[in-house]
Amino acid sequence: MTLLTVRGLSVDFLSGVRAVDGLDLELAAGRVLGVVGESGSGKSVTSLAVMGLLPPDARVTGEVRFDGRELNGVGQRTLRGLRGNRIAMIFQDPLSCLNPYYPVGFQVAEAYRAHRRAGRRAAHRVAVRMLERVGIPEPERRARAYPHEFSGGMRQRVMIAMALCLEPDLLIADEPTTALDVTVQAQILDLLRDLRERSGTAIMLITHDMGVVAGLADDVVVMYGGRAVERGTVRDVFYRPRETYTKGLLACVPRVDGPLPVRLPTLRTPVTAAGEASEVTV
Amino acid sequence: MILYALRRLAAAAAILLVICAATFAIFYLMPADPAQGACGKACSPERIAQIRATLGLNHSVVTQFRDYLVGIVAGRTYGTGAQVVSCPFPCLGFSFQTNEPVWRMLTDRLPVSVSIAVGAAVLWLAVGVTAGVVSALCRGSLWDRAAMVAALGGVSLPIYFTALVLQYLLVVKAGLLPYPQAVSLTADPVGWAESMVMPWIALAMLYAGVYARITRGEMLESLGQNYVRTARAKGLPEPTVLRRHALRPALMPIVTIFGMDLGALLGGALITESVFGLPGVGKLAADAINSADQPVILGVTLFAAGFVVLANVSVDLVYAALDPRVRAVG
Repeated sequence: MTLLTVRGLSVDFLSGVRAVDGLDLELAAGRVLGVVGESGSGKSVTSLAVMGLLPPDARVTGEVRFDGRELNGVGQRTLRGLRGNRIAMIFQDPLSCLNPYYPVGFQVAEAYRAHRRAGRRAAHRVAVRMLERVGIPEPERRARAYPHEFSGGMRQRVMIAMALCLEPDLLIADEPTTALDVTVQAQILDLLRDLRERSGTAIMLITHDMGVVAGLADDVVVMYGGRAVERGTVRDVFYRPRETYTKGLLACVPRVDGPLPVRLPTLRTPVTAAGEASEVTV
Repeated sequence: MILYALRRLAAAAAILLVICAATFAIFYLMPADPAQGACGKACSPERIAQIRATLGLNHSVVTQFRDYLVGIVAGRTYGTGAQVVSCPFPCLGFSFQTNEPVWRMLTDRLPVSVSIAVGAAVLWLAVGVTAGVVSALCRGSLWDRAAMVAALGGVSLPIYFTALVLQYLLVVKAGLLPYPQAVSLTADPVGWAESMVMPWIALAMLYAGVYARITRGEMLESLGQNYVRTARAKGLPEPTVLRRHALRPALMPIVTIFGMDLGALLGGALITESVFGLPGVGKLAADAINSADQPVILGVTLFAAGFVVLANVSVDLVYAALDPRVRAVG
C-alpha cells in the first residue's frame, strides 16, 4: 500500500530560487526510501514540504498525498495533527535541534503529550521507556539530563526516541548521521534498521552518503537540481546505474579496498541547469 | 549550585571593597579640604584644626580608609575625650550640611527610590517585552514598524524632556494628577500611586524602547533556531511552540539587562527624582553634589554601587537557575 505519494512537487522561494522542480516520489508502508543527492539538490526542502514546515516565503505546488489524504494546501490544524503523530522527523544536527533549556525526557514527553491525553508522569514514563528502547543507558536518570550533557550520538538517539514515541507511520530522517563520526553513524543506522524491523515504520532517508543508503534503504531516488534523475531499487541503482550523474556520484565514494594513492573524481557541472544532469562529465 | 552562589557572593564582596577604595580615594584625595567643607565659609583656623582632629584627617590615608571600612562593618567613633561622637553600624559618616548620619539619610529616602524603580520596571517590562514579541511575530508589518519607531523615540527622548512634558500635560493642562510628592504607600495608597504615575511613565518610556528592540531581536533569532522547527515537527500547538521554545530562550538576555537596570535605579533615579522633586536617593545625590557634601556623596556612591553589585549577583544566580548550561560550568 502506498503511504506517501508526491506528484509534480515544486517549491519556489520568494528570492526566485526553485529548490524542487516537478518531483515525483512514492513510498510504500514499511519500506525505506533513500533520497540521495549533493547539497542543494532539494532533498531537505522536499522533506520539509511534506511536513508543511517550510518558511512562509516558500511556495509549494503539486501533490503531496499521505495515506490517501492531500496535504498540500490543508490548514495548519490538520498538519499539526499529523506531525509527530503519524509523520515524524529527525534532523541533521541533533544538538541544535534539541532545546537547551529543557531536560531531554521532558522534550520526549512533550511530543507524546502533544497528541495523547496523558499526565506529566505518564508521559514521563513513556519517555523513559523510549529512551531505553533507543539504547540510552540509565534512562531514568538520563531523562532528567540536558542536551549539552549528551554526546552527539546520544542526542540523535534522543531525537529518534522523540520521533518514534507515537509510533508514526512515516519517519523522515534528514541526514540523520551527517553530524556524527563514523562509528556512531553505524550505531544510529543499526538502531534505525532495528526499529524499522520491529515497528514497521516507513522511512524516508535523506542523505548525500551513498553508504548510508546502501545499508538501510530498499529503494533509491537520486536527485539533482530539484529533480529526480534516477530511481529504482538499491540493487539496480548501485550495480546498474543508467544515468551518467548517478555513475558520477557513485564514483565519488572513496573505497577502503581501492588502489592507493588515488585522486577521487569530481563532478564537473554547473548546478544551475536542473535538466542537464544527464550530461554530467565525470 | 550552592558553591556557585558562594563564589559569586565572595566575588561581589571583593568588588565592593575595590569600589570603596576607589570612591574613598577620589573624594578624600581631592584638593577640596573636607574640614573646610564641614566648617562652612567663615571659619577660624582653630576650628578647622579641631575638625581635622575630630574627622581623623591628620592620620595617614591608609588609616583613614581603615577607619572608614571599620565604621561601615562595625560602627566607629569620631573625636576624642569629651567630644566623642559615636556613629553606630553601618557608619558612613555625618553630613557636613545637616550633621545627620549619612546612613539614616539614605534609608529615609530609599522607599521613594524603590517605589519609582519597581513601579517603572513593572511597566517597562510589560510594555517593552509584549511589544517586542508582537513585533517579532508580525515582522515587517505596519505594527512592527510603528512599534520600532516608537521604541526609537522612547530611547532618544531625554528623561528631563518627557518628564516635563508629562507634568505639563497631566498636571497643568488636564489637571488629572497632583504634583508628585513623597507619599507613603502604607499611609495613602491612592496618593502614592498618583504621585508615582508620572515618574513611572517617564522612566518606562526610556527603558521600554530598549527592551522592545532587544526582545524583538532575540525573538527573531530564537524563532530561527532548529529546536523551534523540532517543536513544530512534534506537532505542538503554535502557542506552546512560541511560549516554551521561542520566548523562553529569547528572554535570557532580558534577565541580564533587567537586573542591571533595576539595580542601577534602586540606587536612585537622579534626573527623574530631581525633575519631579521627589526626595529619593537620586535627589539626595544631586543635592549633596551641589553643596559639596562629601560624606553624603561618598555614601550615596557606595550605596548605589552596592545595589548594582547585588543586582549582578542576583542576575548570575537567576541565570544559573534558568540556564542548565551555566549551572554546569559554574
